Amino acid sequence: MTAISTSGLTKRFRGGQLAVDHIDLAVPLGSVYGFLGPNGSGKTTTIRMLLGLAYPTSGSASLLGVPMPDGATRVLHRVGSLVEGPAFYPFLTGADNLARYDAADRTADPATARARITEALDRVGLVAAAKKRYRHYSLGMKQRLAIASGLLRPRELIILDEPTNGLDPQGTREVRALIRQIAADGTTVFVSSHLLAEVEQICTHVGVMRTGKLVFQGSLPELRRTGASRVTVQTADAKAAAKVLTGLGLADAQGSEAEASAILGDASPEKVCAELVQAGIGVRGFAVTSPSLEDLFVGLTGEGFDVSG
Amino acid sequence: MSAGRFYASELRLVMLRRRNLLLLAVTAIFPLVIGIALRLAAPHPEGGNGNGVAFFNQLAGNGVFLTFIALSTLLILVLPVVVAVVAGDSVAGEAGYGTLRYLLAVPAGRTRLLAVKFAAIVVFGLAATVIVSAVSLATGAALFPVGPVTLLSGATVPLAEGLLRVLFVTLYVAAAMAALGAIGLAISTLTEHAIGAIAAIAILVVTSEVVDQVPQLAAIGPYLPTHWWLSFDAILRAPVDTSTLLKGLLSFGVYAVLFGSFAWARFTSADVTS
Repeated sequence: MTAISTSGLTKRFRGGQLAVDHIDLAVPLGSVYGFLGPNGSGKTTTIRMLLGLAYPTSGSASLLGVPMPDGATRVLHRVGSLVEGPAFYPFLTGADNLARYDAADRTADPATARARITEALDRVGLVAAAKKRYRHYSLGMKQRLAIASGLLRPRELIILDEPTNGLDPQGTREVRALIRQIAADGTTVFVSSHLLAEVEQICTHVGVMRTGKLVFQGSLPELRRTGASRVTVQTADAKAAAKVLTGLGLADAQGSEAEASAILGDASPEKVCAELVQAGIGVRGFAVTSPSLEDLFVGLTGEGFDVSG
Repeated sequence: MSAGRFYASELRLVMLRRRNLLLLAVTAIFPLVIGIALRLAAPHPEGGNGNGVAFFNQLAGNGVFLTFIALSTLLILVLPVVVAVVAGDSVAGEAGYGTLRYLLAVPAGRTRLLAVKFAAIVVFGLAATVIVSAVSLATGAALFPVGPVTLLSGATVPLAEGLLRVLFVTLYVAAAMAALGAIGLAISTLTEHAIGAIAAIAILVVTSEVVDQVPQLAAIGPYLPTHWWLSFDAILRAPVDTSTLLKGLLSFGVYAVLFGSFAWARFTSADVTS
């Protein structure tokens, strides 16, 4: 069983725009899955379909093995969620807001409600603000209260849509620590973000969205392997070095002023270095570099400020 | 048990919200003001035709009639608007705050959420109506003589039976407001702007009342949502005009079922995009 799986999940808006285009998600149980992509790439629409808020145009989705949206009332109480920013009643206090959502849950035990609310507030550090009206909360407090509502009871899966939006670096770190803690309890975490850097340190798996399509899905090592390592040689005679690299069968050999480089591929770096020296190239520096995850991510999603879709 | 907990939470939200309490307070002030105004202005004994005037003529002799005067006056706009505020806000307000998506993700269940919303609207409408009747009775008793009630058909019944008829009138008006609540709930599922839904309901009420007054359109009159609201005077006759009452209650029932079904069909099939 997977925590989340979708098959050909598609959403076409009434205007004809294809927001989500045949995506096949497979989120393993116990993983921390980073759902990445630029703003407007279809992440939130996907999450809305997963939670039964929006109905797919075609395709299917299931949470913890239960088909959605038909099984919503059977499975959603095992799933905590934060969708497109926090939303609460401004005229109620933080604690009363949590009590409201807890009361709507027919499977929640009313006898333990107060204790569970206090515990959830404690986990996000909001106990001191429990009796304050939501209207007077700061942005970071609102975000934390939303996470608390996802923690009102033990969950098997937590879906967090841009949980660090609007938080300062300190708040972002706190949320990251909280996600680690949730994951350590064995809960599967599905966290969306438009910034790889925000989730890179906590994710075991990633899915990358671009204009409604899932362009990559797999573990972080798998993502790293998609990037081609390059060998870089610093030398006074770059042109000749590039020739040697080409002669060794390396692709994309380039030589500029004082540096030659090529894609390493399956070749062993030790051998390449030895061959260069044997060919009489004066090697000043030799390095094998892998592209950063950020580079790979940008390569998948495209660069720039253009909102995709 | 758990459904009761959600309903209790909804009732607390509706009944304890400052805005709604203010509405109920305003509703309570009207009968008081009407009573004082009528006490100060001596009623004209000759009067004209029409039920409202009939009530006015009776008031000087019996304070109980202030209830009927207040209800028929407030039914024109004040009570419908009070119900419209709560009904129009019910789903659209949650959508506007964004709390709707969290309630559904809890999961509250779409049908269950709608049922809880409607039940809370009905209770709020009942509360508003009961407040009008109660304040009217108290004010009427304080400012005018109280005794055996002379009905519109001329017969006189003991005070206790008169009060029982006041109770039935109150319940009839509450039923009318429940039907309006169902219409409001349906309109509320169409938008995420509560104020738009509230305005639409109020416009609908006024339009219906105006059309009901046009003689050329008398044929469609009985099918209008507001047509039977003031028919509670059927209870103030001996024997009670049950045929009119049943037509009124049938109208309320049909409107409630029709718009309740529409609200359900819409709410259980639409994407929540707020």
